[in-house]
Amino acid sequence: MSKRVAIVGIGTTGFRATTPDVSYRELTYEAATKAYLEAGIEPKDVDAFVATSEDFLEGYSIADEYCPDQLGAVLKPIYSITGDVIHSLASAYMMILSGIGNIMVVQGLSKASNMLTLSDMVTFAMDPIYNRPLKESPHAVAGMEMARYMYETGTTREQIAKVVVKNKRNALTNDLAAHGVLIDLDYVLNSEVVSYPLTQMDISPHSDGAVVMVLAEEETAKALSKKPIWIRGIGWCSDTPGLETRNWGEAIYAQMAADMAYKMAGIRYPRKEINFAEINDEFSYKELQHLEAMRICKKGEAGPLTEIGGTEIGGEFPVNPSGGCLGVGNLFELNGGHTVLEVVRQLRGETGKNQLKNVTTGLAQSWRGVPTTTGTVAILSN
Amino acid sequence: MRRVAIVGAGMTKFYRNAQETSKELAYEATKMALDSCEMKLSDIDCVTIGSAPDAFDGVHMKGEYLSDGSGAFRKPVMRHFVGGGTGVLSPAHGWFMVASGMFDTCLVVAEEKMSCAYPHPAGAFITIFDHTTEQALYPTLIYIFAIEMNRFMTTHGYRKEDIALVAVKNKKNALDHPCAQLPGEVTVEDVLNSEIMAYPVNRLDISPTSDGAACMILAAEHVARRVTEKPIWLDGVGWCLDTAYWCTRDLYYPDYLEVAARQAYKMAGIKEPSKEIHIAEPYDPFTYKELHHIEGLLLAPRGKSVQMLVDGHFNRDGNLPCSPSGGLLGVGNPIAAAGLMKVIELYLQLKGTAGKRQVPGNPTCGVANAWGDLMQVGTVVVLRS
Amino acid sequence: MELTEKMVANSATKLSAEEILEGKVLSVKWEPKLKYAWDNGPAIGRYLAELKNGKIIGKKCDKCHRIMIPPRMFCELCWVPTGEWVYVKDTGIVNTWIIGHVDWKAKRLDIKGGVRPITLSIIEIDGASKGMGILHHLGEVDPWKIHRGMKVKAVWKPPEERTGSITDIKYFKPIK
Repeated sequence: MSKRVAIVGIGTTGFRATTPDVSYRELTYEAATKAYLEAGIEPKDVDAFVATSEDFLEGYSIADEYCPDQLGAVLKPIYSITGDVIHSLASAYMMILSGIGNIMVVQGLSKASNMLTLSDMVTFAMDPIYNRPLKESPHAVAGMEMARYMYETGTTREQIAKVVVKNKRNALTNDLAAHGVLIDLDYVLNSEVVSYPLTQMDISPHSDGAVVMVLAEEETAKALSKKPIWIRGIGWCSDTPGLETRNWGEAIYAQMAADMAYKMAGIRYPRKEINFAEINDEFSYKELQHLEAMRICKKGEAGPLTEIGGTEIGGEFPVNPSGGCLGVGNLFELNGGHTVLEVVRQLRGETGKNQLKNVTTGLAQSWRGVPTTTGTVAILSN
Repeated sequence: MRRVAIVGAGMTKFYRNAQETSKELAYEATKMALDSCEMKLSDIDCVTIGSAPDAFDGVHMKGEYLSDGSGAFRKPVMRHFVGGGTGVLSPAHGWFMVASGMFDTCLVVAEEKMSCAYPHPAGAFITIFDHTTEQALYPTLIYIFAIEMNRFMTTHGYRKEDIALVAVKNKKNALDHPCAQLPGEVTVEDVLNSEIMAYPVNRLDISPTSDGAACMILAAEHVARRVTEKPIWLDGVGWCLDTAYWCTRDLYYPDYLEVAARQAYKMAGIKEPSKEIHIAEPYDPFTYKELHHIEGLLLAPRGKSVQMLVDGHFNRDGNLPCSPSGGLLGVGNPIAAAGLMKVIELYLQLKGTAGKRQVPGNPTCGVANAWGDLMQVGTVVVLRS
Repeated sequence: MELTEKMVANSATKLSAEEILEGKVLSVKWEPKLKYAWDNGPAIGRYLAELKNGKIIGKKCDKCHRIMIPPRMFCELCWVPTGEWVYVKDTGIVNTWIIGHVDWKAKRLDIKGGVRPITLSIIEIDGASKGMGILHHLGEVDPWKIHRGMKVKAVWKPPEERTGSITDIKYFKPIK
């Protein structure tokens, strides 16, 4: 690609289990104001906006209609992506490359606490004819996948539990996180079984919050920001939506999305050329499965690496220093927005006690949750 | 900017109830589009899916559900939406994907299966309104469009019997469209005497609810030249949303559409749209909307579109043929697919392969638009041969 | 390519209403259980509380000086936080309206049997900036005599029946 694009401003409300004091409008307005302030722009300077919304999560049909006001996008070019925030980021990135504008804004929001029947909502995403009549809980899908992953890779229950312990502890020292807690392996291993081998502690609790980012083309980016964070690679992919035909042991979608992003970034040895990663860990085992799919670990090696502390903040390849979904909360559509936010903060050296040393390149990854096989990856450098 | 062309298109028949699932409809349209330009799925680099509310098809995360039917298995795919305006945003989104240089070919798939919502898809529309200040009043889409039509009429002094000519024209044009759901010879009297849904809207002022899918293949110039002898260029795209506080806008004029149209015209280098554009597919889910949009697209002065309609200006053989396809009123309205159907019609017309629907005079420049949400979205594309 | 009858012949299969209603084609039914409890935030929260008091409240933008209803914490046009709360009147004029013969589920109303058509309207509220309308029903009026610019006033529910909802106003009725 001839043009380079950077994130020049990013704003967030932080993430809480509930946000009863504000509506989705004020929540987004706060994140947008912070992002614009950081980038030193006003909404009128923006060429186009990309919002991220998914109808049943927002509780509106065609939820895109409620996106312009709180972004300052009234009578401006704006549309919604019904996907992950990294999809929206890719969409805005392509708009800049296409030459249609120089400054783009990407928005993501979670008001998951307002959705009272989250489990039924996820079931509603299953195939209406083949799967829904079986009335299985969405956690059954995760449980099946976890069992197959463990069988294929030899990963142990203890190694997976270590992910929970690590991420929830990382969240304790992350000011933006909602679900930090200090627990040990036994606590995780003895927690209530939801869908064997998946237990209650393997499932990330939900959170509310908003993230807004400002992207700019190289010349503009350098003028606007002293610390532009460059988008070096971006990728996204959907494997089959069918439960019957998917590859249950491996996250093919993450592999293909990562390969696309690596190719763009010119990365051949991800473990060496990338310093750390924020990865989707909506269910604990997903962190390990995603690490392997993206060739950061070989198949079956993510568990052992985690066991010896290799993915901790001081480890060889830190994973989810923010606390991930397990520690910050499952943000649904916003999950990718959170991983990008944390990579940006790390690369700028703004994460306080969780700050990694000497990091120059980070990977943000997301997955759209059960029952999808959709994954996204962004590679960022300072 | 890289130039992007349309090289193939396909669409299903539109029906009130189709037996096919959403996925299967998407597959049929996609397969037809690939066949139309003799391409294979392996020639396709990426996919963009346009589909409006999940509530119609009755699947949460509808984009994921549709993905394999849309040829997106293990490909980079994303779904975008702006309510009813989605179908015309879809080629615009495909345009970015190809114009960015990241991909050379893109499948643009639009699908809607409204019949899944039971007993009537209208019930799903209540969830588009503000949950606190509006839903408690039980509004629905027909009401708010009637509200807009009334404002449009009372501002310009338009008469219902004149606006009804849009239904007469479009349903007649649709007689020649092989996918049409509600083609027919109707008279102004038929429209005026049809059942009142919500004054000033009668039954024949409204497009039907439909099931259907449409697909279009976009390619970068170097690929397009190889695939087809006559690529049709996507030269302008524009889109815009107005505020969600729709009761505070003066509904008589679509500002959002004018902003979107100016963006698309600027990109396409069009300075005098009413002279440079030969053919239009303005979005016509309701009769008045075609006129409202003709004014917003700057193809008629404000308050003058009805006279031009009465004078036959917008007929298939008029100075500016509008909705030669038969539009949503005649062909049907599976939301996103209907918008893309309009762009496909321009593609066929500019290529000179619209068969019985072909407008005379070898048109070389056309514009299509779509509209939706809380009457606040304008999406526009400009095509050239 | 010309889109021909032959080309689209097998693209979709038409089902008749009978085939569906009489179960000749099998189908799967699913009623989604989707429940929400929305956080309204300070602006709409106060709006609802004031409706319970029998008052309509707006908020003013100190930059463009618009008095906006429903109230909002920021001005979507000026991109600044809004300023003071302003009570507006419970009267206004009809901006535009409809006479609905179907309900929100598209079910026909028995108009000939005496059911009153639904008269939904946008009402520009007095005291708010020009063009600031809210959606509400009209009552105590012959639907066919409603006109643009008609002056109307809110008819409130008795205080003990109000719940802090837009329906605390029953409807708007014409006044001289």
